[in-house]
Amino acid sequence: MLEYVTDRWDRLSLQAFLHVSAVVQCTVLAAVLGVAIGVAVYRSPVGSALATALASTILTIPSFALLALLIPVFGLGADTTVVALVLYALLPIVRNTIVGLAGVDPAVSDAARGIGMSRVGVLTRVELRLAWPAILAGMRVATQMLMGIAVIAAYAKGPGLGSEVFSGLANAGSANAMNQALTGTIGVVVLALLLDGVYVLVNRLTVSRGVRG
Amino acid sequence: MAEEGIEIRLDHVTKRFPGQKAPAVDDFSMVVPAGEIVVFVGPSGCGKTTTMRMINRLIEPTSGTITIGGEDALRIDPDELRRRVGYAIQQAGLFPHFTVAQSIGIVPGLLGWDKKRIADRVEEMMDLVGLDPAEFAGRYPRQLSGGQQQRVGVARALAADPPVLLMDEPFGAVDPITRGHLQDELLRLQSELHKTIVFVTHDFDEAVKLGDKIAVLGDRSTILQYDTPDAILTNPADDTVAGFVGAGASLKALTLTRVRDVELGQAVTARADADPSTVDLRGEKFLLVLDRRDRPVRWVHQNELRRASSLASVGSPVQDSVSLQSTLRDALEAMLTEGGRAVVTGSRGEYVGTVDLATVTEFVQQLRATA
Ligand SMILES: Nc1ncnc2c1ncn2[C@@H]1O[C@H](COP(=O)(O)OP(=O)(O)OP(=O)(O)O)[C@@H](O)[C@H]1O
Ligand SMILES: [Mg+2]
Repeated sequence: MLEYVTDRWDRLSLQAFLHVSAVVQCTVLAAVLGVAIGVAVYRSPVGSALATALASTILTIPSFALLALLIPVFGLGADTTVVALVLYALLPIVRNTIVGLAGVDPAVSDAARGIGMSRVGVLTRVELRLAWPAILAGMRVATQMLMGIAVIAAYAKGPGLGSEVFSGLANAGSANAMNQALTGTIGVVVLALLLDGVYVLVNRLTVSRGVRG
Repeated sequence: MAEEGIEIRLDHVTKRFPGQKAPAVDDFSMVVPAGEIVVFVGPSGCGKTTTMRMINRLIEPTSGTITIGGEDALRIDPDELRRRVGYAIQQAGLFPHFTVAQSIGIVPGLLGWDKKRIADRVEEMMDLVGLDPAEFAGRYPRQLSGGQQQRVGVARALAADPPVLLMDEPFGAVDPITRGHLQDELLRLQSELHKTIVFVTHDFDEAVKLGDKIAVLGDRSTILQYDTPDAILTNPADDTVAGFVGAGASLKALTLTRVRDVELGQAVTARADADPSTVDLRGEKFLLVLDRRDRPVRWVHQNELRRASSLASVGSPVQDSVSLQSTLRDALEAMLTEGGRAVVTGSRGEYVGTVDLATVTEFVQQLRATA
């Protein structure tokens, strides 16, 4: 297998890069979207419940089914993959944003307004900053989830290590099939662990020492 | 330099929360004089906080007018208004992710001060509230005690030098001793700064100690009495106020008077290195022994004195003393500890005189007579 990997290093490393790149970009996109949704609804209990329920519903759709639904709209390729990944990543991020924002001590928000911060200022300088560890935790879960789901996206001809796994499965019995599927799978696991390490680092760098546990 | 207080005027201010039949604040009118501390006291839920929060428009009045320094507060942009009105609340409401220095620098930052000026101001404010900048500037709220957090809260409220300060039970969440210190500090600050302060509490003793005037509020924020602490203590407007003032009004009046305001008595004193046989008690029962720097150390009874060969170790130690700034109530407490007279010391701890029970009773009787 080692030989298999070294022989095809160029192609594999490109696939690995594309895999990680797709997952990271989709997580970031989902974070922007998810935080926006969270900010829009967190003051209303009904809105919060609705947004969480909706995002949970998406998560219950099996990934193959979702891809099958999306392919007619977005065609085969990257677009479908991106849409599917972003949708799946929304739930943990939206939910954690809502929980994080709702968990901010009302006295702190009140004091922020009381000393003359604008609504936007209170949100961006205080509330979101305090909810950030929760949001980041949501992104971390989302990333882990997407690493696996992105494999399935190869079914829609998306980028990444999924194509290794799929062609391995398709050619089952042939000389390199086992190597191919294994390389794809192990590659995804290793990359997922690496990304997790990156999250630990990002957490260290971006969470204020005043709120770090 | 520091901006002194300006007058706050509330005129027929009413607040009706949506979906509530009775208004939370009903036709409230009051003038808060420039540079004075006005304390709102009253039972829980009577509308103290609501009334106060209308001054900086955290709550919008349903009707009525509020002017601050002659300016119509309802016409000022609310965010602008709040940057000009200091605000300190219970538990301090500090931002967990801001250091002490960042917290204090927020409002100056919002007002667009440059970095250097903010840094200087932060340092000045920390000195003012008794937090050493070198030690505390970089700390986060969770690294501070409750009392230190409250100090930061006050410093934050004062940082942009607002003429008006609103304080909602700012010392409500700390132990009685720390609260006493914080109150003393606020009074010291106020004697330098002369801000207009509206202070909310439901601790009447705190109101008596801090207020230039006290507003005793009843349901729907109706003003039951608005007067000086003396007047309320000695002459409560009605039974409700009397009930709120509570038993022991005379005792509370003692917190209004400082030791320096009454005539001090004198004990017979001698230095510790004096010869006991040369001491003349002049008919007194006790001798007060002072150390080399005139600080009181021990009381010696006449019988002990007669037997003593040196003053270096006889007698019982002075347990408790009071300063000229202490209240008569503190003095009374010291008397009870000492069992007789309280020793009064000056700024360096040196002996200046004594207060005894007769002085206190006389003072209370005078107060009654003039009421
Ligand atoms: N945002 C609000 N919405 C509806 N009702 C409110 C609101 N804020 C206060 N109230 C009501 O207004 C009344 C006065 O409340 P307020 O907080 O001013 O009392 P308080 O005198 O400060 O009491 P405490 O001493 O307990 O702090 C209460 O009956 C309270 O239920
Ligand atoms: Mg209140």
